[in-house]
Amino acid sequence: MDELLTILQNNALESPETIARLLGVSAAEVNARIADYEKRGVIRGYQAILNEDELELGKVTAVIEVKVTPQREGGFDTIANRVSRFPEVRSAYLMSGTYDLLLFVEGRTLREVAAFVSERLSPLEGVLSTSTHFMLKTYKRFGVLMHQEVTDERLSVTP
Amino acid sequence: MNGSVSLRDRLNLTVRDIPRSGIRDFFDIVSTMKDVISLGIGEPDFDTPWHVRESTVFALERGATHYTSNLGYLELRRALSRYVRKVFGAEYDPESEVLVTVGVSEALDLALRALINPGDEVLYHEPCYVSYRATILFAHGVPLAVETRPENGFRLTRAMLEAKVTPRTKVLMLNFPNNPTGGIMSRADLEDIAAFARERDLIVVTDEIYGELTYDAPHTSIVSLPGLRDRTIFLHGFSKAWAMTGFRLGYACGPAELIDAMMKVHQYTMLCASSLGQKAALEALARPESDIAEMVNEYRRRRNFIVKAFNEMGLDCHRPLGAFYAFPSVAKFGLPSRDFALKLLHEERVAVVPGTAFGACGEGFVRCAYATNLENVKEAMVRIERFTKRLASAQ
Repeated sequence: MDELLTILQNNALESPETIARLLGVSAAEVNARIADYEKRGVIRGYQAILNEDELELGKVTAVIEVKVTPQREGGFDTIANRVSRFPEVRSAYLMSGTYDLLLFVEGRTLREVAAFVSERLSPLEGVLSTSTHFMLKTYKRFGVLMHQEVTDERLSVTP
Repeated sequence: MNGSVSLRDRLNLTVRDIPRSGIRDFFDIVSTMKDVISLGIGEPDFDTPWHVRESTVFALERGATHYTSNLGYLELRRALSRYVRKVFGAEYDPESEVLVTVGVSEALDLALRALINPGDEVLYHEPCYVSYRATILFAHGVPLAVETRPENGFRLTRAMLEAKVTPRTKVLMLNFPNNPTGGIMSRADLEDIAAFARERDLIVVTDEIYGELTYDAPHTSIVSLPGLRDRTIFLHGFSKAWAMTGFRLGYACGPAELIDAMMKVHQYTMLCASSLGQKAALEALARPESDIAEMVNEYRRRRNFIVKAFNEMGLDCHRPLGAFYAFPSVAKFGLPSRDFALKLLHEERVAVVPGTAFGACGEGFVRCAYATNLENVKEAMVRIERFTKRLASAQ
């Protein structure tokens, strides 16, 4: 992967000037490359990684395994795209194994998520069955530990 | 004792007269201060890879808490032999030509004690790791320091060695990639040194602890050159490339007669390296590429950042090609390195190590480790720039 993307994936707030120094290129080039990635849709957005457990947001997240029937034309994509468009669905993946789609669904209450599953998701044509698991605690998201502080145990000067 | 002879006077004279490491001295000052950004740390800021830590815990649970063979677990020596062949290009018999040690520091001490008779000379290059001169003296050798310079990337040349070598010279010590300069040697550079070692019939002791950490060109080991394997003790370990400094695990590879001699000193002084450290090393070798590659990329980016920052603020800084140190010149401010470092520490709370900790010819330089996160490097550069501007305007 382009090192520029590695840097942004690690810290999307890194300034073009700093990135330029890290890569040994000009800031103008960095800006142009980022603009190009955005235009091509490789970079699709920038978000903060939140420890939501700290925020008491009063929301629930469910991980839902969905078995579907692939369509004659479009295979899994047609049904997956249809499911993905619901705003409640935060992430959606096509999986190998005993089920087909893995969804991360958010709602304000357990009842709301349950209603989404029973009233919106399950009745969709092509959806065969669902299995819903509610998330209890987040330990790590996007490679970042949520509850452990990173400490530096090193002495301040060593050979 | 009735005031007869002081304890100090009873000390071994060599030990008594060797100064404490300039690093230790500086650490004592830094450790009394708060909110210091340290570029003085000669070890990775990365954590030991989790799979290594996890399998060390497992080894502890399984009871790997006993003495091992003096040479180290045979399974580990086999893995080391494969790794050294693949990465450094020399063959060693795991049964008789590999010795697992307590860090490269112990291996270096063993090598010199195994080789040196009182008065034998040891050629080495400065600026260098803090222990080299002391280790030579402890072995009753005579240190012959050769100075490397930024003008040629802190590389060593045959001419420099020819100017110092005598008929009493027995050993040539090498350390590339180099701490503190970040200098490396190309294959062509090493071929000249190898020819010198062959013609002068010297034993080479090569400390390649930073061998995996090169940024613009791959590392070449002198053991891979014709005829050198049989006159060289190759030293390496897990501290830098796997961020395992506290495990204290190193190793030596060399001809069986030399390893056997080193093993004798090791068996009577250390017995064996830590069993858990050895288990950790075995796991580290199971998947070295994935652990090291991203670390090297990150160091390279920080290297680019720090060298550009130094040069932009008007400090001459040779571009380090390996290890994780920048070694800029601060000579133009007219302060001894130690005073520069102390003043920087007190005024801006940035710790760098005076070049003189690495030999007298380190005067005029400071060592800045970029094995610290980018935010620290950035802030340190802001502070150093502010500091050097003040120094310049006061001149």
